[in-house]
Amino acid sequence: MSNNDSTSKQKVTSTDEFIKGLWRDNPVFVQVLGMCPVLAVSNTAENALAMGLATAFVLLMSNILVSLLRNFVPKQVRIASYILIIATFVTVTDYAIQAISVELHKSLGAFISLIVVNCLILSRAEAFASKNTIGRSILDALGMGFGFTLALFCLGAVREILGNGSIFNIPLFSEGYQSWIVMILPAGGFFTLALWLLIINALQTRKVKS
Amino acid sequence: MNTESLGSIFLNAALVNNFVLAYFLGICPFLGVSGKMETATKMGGAVMFVMLISSMSAYGIHAFLVSIDAPFLQLISYIVVIASTVQLVEMFIKKISPALFKSLGIFLPLITTNCAILGVALFQTSKGYGFLESVVYSLGAGAGFMLALVLIAGIREQMNFADVPNISKGTALTLFIAGILSLCFMGFAGLGA
Repeated sequence: MSNNDSTSKQKVTSTDEFIKGLWRDNPVFVQVLGMCPVLAVSNTAENALAMGLATAFVLLMSNILVSLLRNFVPKQVRIASYILIIATFVTVTDYAIQAISVELHKSLGAFISLIVVNCLILSRAEAFASKNTIGRSILDALGMGFGFTLALFCLGAVREILGNGSIFNIPLFSEGYQSWIVMILPAGGFFTLALWLLIINALQTRKVKS
Repeated sequence: MNTESLGSIFLNAALVNNFVLAYFLGICPFLGVSGKMETATKMGGAVMFVMLISSMSAYGIHAFLVSIDAPFLQLISYIVVIASTVQLVEMFIKKISPALFKSLGIFLPLITTNCAILGVALFQTSKGYGFLESVVYSLGAGAGFMLALVLIAGIREQMNFADVPNISKGTALTLFIAGILSLCFMGFAGLGA
């Protein structure tokens, strides 16, 4: 879609639009947005991945719609209408997940509904989709969505390996492994995210220095 | 349908299953406005108020939606109620205390996207609480949010004078503190049962 109006110069920036969400402006590690689901459902890799994909889907759909409607929605009521758009897609996702796997729906619980109040989605709608063409909005949503999923997966994998001794429910260690229960508990979520932030900070400081 | 006593509902929501430290709800304002004790208490008060109003409205809405057999509208109507309550509080604070309005800044409208508030509304529905129970539950959750916010604001004010490595300044340090606090709150397990 972005080909319609893209010159070669714009093409470069289109790729950039996608890449920035994965690393430079990663929603979790750099912007620290949408923390609640990140910490709450990242206790296993599977939950984390499902949550990430659900959020990415809602982000994509709402970015598309917000971008399409950007010239029709009056400025004063824009936030309210974005929230309504997001809530609609979240309801769709909620019912879809329930249809695909009841078990998964149970383990994610209320956190699917809580995607509505994920600041990441609202901030992309406000900061990006409401000002850009639909093609760029799609790229932006895909980049941010994958970045979010990637970050969630990083957290979930670490917590499941240390706290449960397995990944995707496949045991990694022999019987003698003493699992770190604390990593599955809420406190583990805070510690793991803090550690990832430390690593990213350290990497970026080194980059600036060199 | 529900035999929990009101006291245990309150303790459960405030301490045992603290919304911030056990359910991870409302982390954004928790990280954002917890730098100063004064802002933290005021933010906590505003959140408590919005929580109470939206919890009461959510009870009514849920009863209505069940009666017209349209449960899929639940999420949308809850969020609309919360958004309008926040708007009300915002206008009220702006009128009463412009200074407070300024110090809360962007975080005031962002109460709308505070998951703790929507969380209270959703949890009370899924737990099947009656009206009185819902009110007590939302008060407990609000008190718990306030407690967590004030605790971490106090610790962060002290940490300003500590000499920590450069890379751990900011969010990472706050998250470590929150993790330790969360461990402390696990000591309350079994209290409300």
